Amino acid sequence: MQSVLGDKKALAILLGPALLVYSLVMLVPIIWSMGYTFFSGNAISGFTFAGTDNLTRLFTDPEVRTALSFTVRYAVVITVGQIVMGYLLSLMYVFILKKSSNIIRTLVFFPVVLPTVAVALLFQKMFEIAPQNGLVNSLLNGVGVESVDWFGNASSAFWVIVLMDIWRSMGFYAVLLYAGLVDIPEDMLESARLDGATGWRLIRSIVLPLSMPVLLSSIIFSINGTLKVFDSIVALTNGGPGSSTTPLTLYMFRTSFAFGDYGYGSSIALLLTLLCLIVTIFIFRSSRRDLTKD
Amino acid sequence: MSTQVPARKAPLEAMQRQEPRRSRSRAGKRLARLPVLLLIALLLVVELYPLLWLVLGSFKTQQEFLNDPVWALPGSLNFDNYIEAWTTGNIAVFVANSLMATLPSLALIIVLGVAAGFALEVMVWKGRNGVLLIFLTGIMVPGQMILLPLFSAYFKTGLTGTLWPLIITYTATGLPLTVFMMATYFRAVPREVFEASTLDGASIIRSFLSIGFPMVRNAVFTVALVQFFFIWNDLLIALTFANNSDLSTIQVGLLNFTGQFGAVQYGPLFAAICINVFGTLAIYLFLNQRVMKGLAAGSVKG
Repeated sequence: MQSVLGDKKALAILLGPALLVYSLVMLVPIIWSMGYTFFSGNAISGFTFAGTDNLTRLFTDPEVRTALSFTVRYAVVITVGQIVMGYLLSLMYVFILKKSSNIIRTLVFFPVVLPTVAVALLFQKMFEIAPQNGLVNSLLNGVGVESVDWFGNASSAFWVIVLMDIWRSMGFYAVLLYAGLVDIPEDMLESARLDGATGWRLIRSIVLPLSMPVLLSSIIFSINGTLKVFDSIVALTNGGPGSSTTPLTLYMFRTSFAFGDYGYGSSIALLLTLLCLIVTIFIFRSSRRDLTKD
Repeated sequence: MSTQVPARKAPLEAMQRQEPRRSRSRAGKRLARLPVLLLIALLLVVELYPLLWLVLGSFKTQQEFLNDPVWALPGSLNFDNYIEAWTTGNIAVFVANSLMATLPSLALIIVLGVAAGFALEVMVWKGRNGVLLIFLTGIMVPGQMILLPLFSAYFKTGLTGTLWPLIITYTATGLPLTVFMMATYFRAVPREVFEASTLDGASIIRSFLSIGFPMVRNAVFTVALVQFFFIWNDLLIALTFANNSDLSTIQVGLLNFTGQFGAVQYGPLFAAICINVFGTLAIYLFLNQRVMKGLAAGSVKG
């Protein structure tokens, strides 16, 4: 039996192709990309050795600092927003709507599957000021407030991005967390209710601790996705005004393809990868410590 | 007398009091329900009104966009904008490109990913946890990390200018999540099933084809859907490897759409967004339960 279940030839046939494609198209390029950080130039013009210039530049470049701070700010705000909104929605599905939540769940889930580019263009038109007012400014005018140039300054542009991304993704996190909440045994909730726990207390002492594992997966999932944000920003603000809403991903893309500097682009990509890695490990570690303390 | 009246009144009063109390409690119940209903109504408006506005916009003429208030209904249901977007706006070409890039990569992802998931979960060999971990890291690594070497490689091998770079890259980037999810699903299949088939003399490949694959058919379907949405909605890879108008996928095409018409041609742009949005929405609605279950199951079960 072991010889059949551990058949080397079969293993090569089943696992080989996937591992080969994955190695050639992902693992090798990752290493290769790290190699690029010591060069400057690009595929078309050729490369020259640059030593550690790119890495030194990474630490002194003010653009990198802006992009890094935007990326982190964005990731934190969106992660908190997505998880909080998603959790509130899932609590509503479970405790208020109960069995009839199906249709609402489906409707709120709608925007999740929509192409980001399309949603971003829609929001662009909704928050537009010129050549004519979009939906939001028209509403503001309706209640006597003057039109706001949403994409004209850094902070309002940031909040439009935040609004759009939470609108787009809260349904997803609601379903994700809902899947965790319905797994909580009904008798556990019942006995807590008999002990007099209701409302807020029930949620804080019973529901929240029991949904910690799924909340944790959601946070890791969310922060990993938001650190890599690209399409929603490219389509909505394209990094503007100026470079105030440019995340690391977009800065890397511009450096590499608009300015043709693969070496520096790879250095930025490496920074981004390390950021994802550190954040994931950090959350994983700190949550494990908390769980053992409880 | 004076004492009798209240006495006689008392039960009546009690009844009267009871009557409004009962209706008050019913009204109270309705009143308690009211914030919830308002909340749900607000939620639905926030989720659905932008989409409704989009549809209405796609039927408006340029005149209506410029002169009428934004919430006005379109004057008539004409599909001129759609025709304009589909033909002059090249949306037909973009959709065809998207399909030609998405479907082959999807097929490859499924064939390679399911087999690898089976090998990693059902088969017994040294180092399978290590290999699973290697696949897992692929989920976390940002696409930017592999773009530049791949661009050089495709350039050197002369694949640039075809859809092959897209198909190859989508296949590889889709594999980690697929392998991981499939391994999770195979874990749920009792091992005895495969041990029994082995005792009956089936080779492991035979077990996979005749038993393993059919048993996780539903999961395969779910994974395929999730991957379909990822690939269809991708911008980064498409923008890097297919940034010329003959190869543009629907997302890249839509992004450059404003440039082609100038930002003021609202109608066709709205129609183009509509085609993209409601095409995807139709697929989702058709298969909605599976998508939701699949997304939740795949990312929670760790």
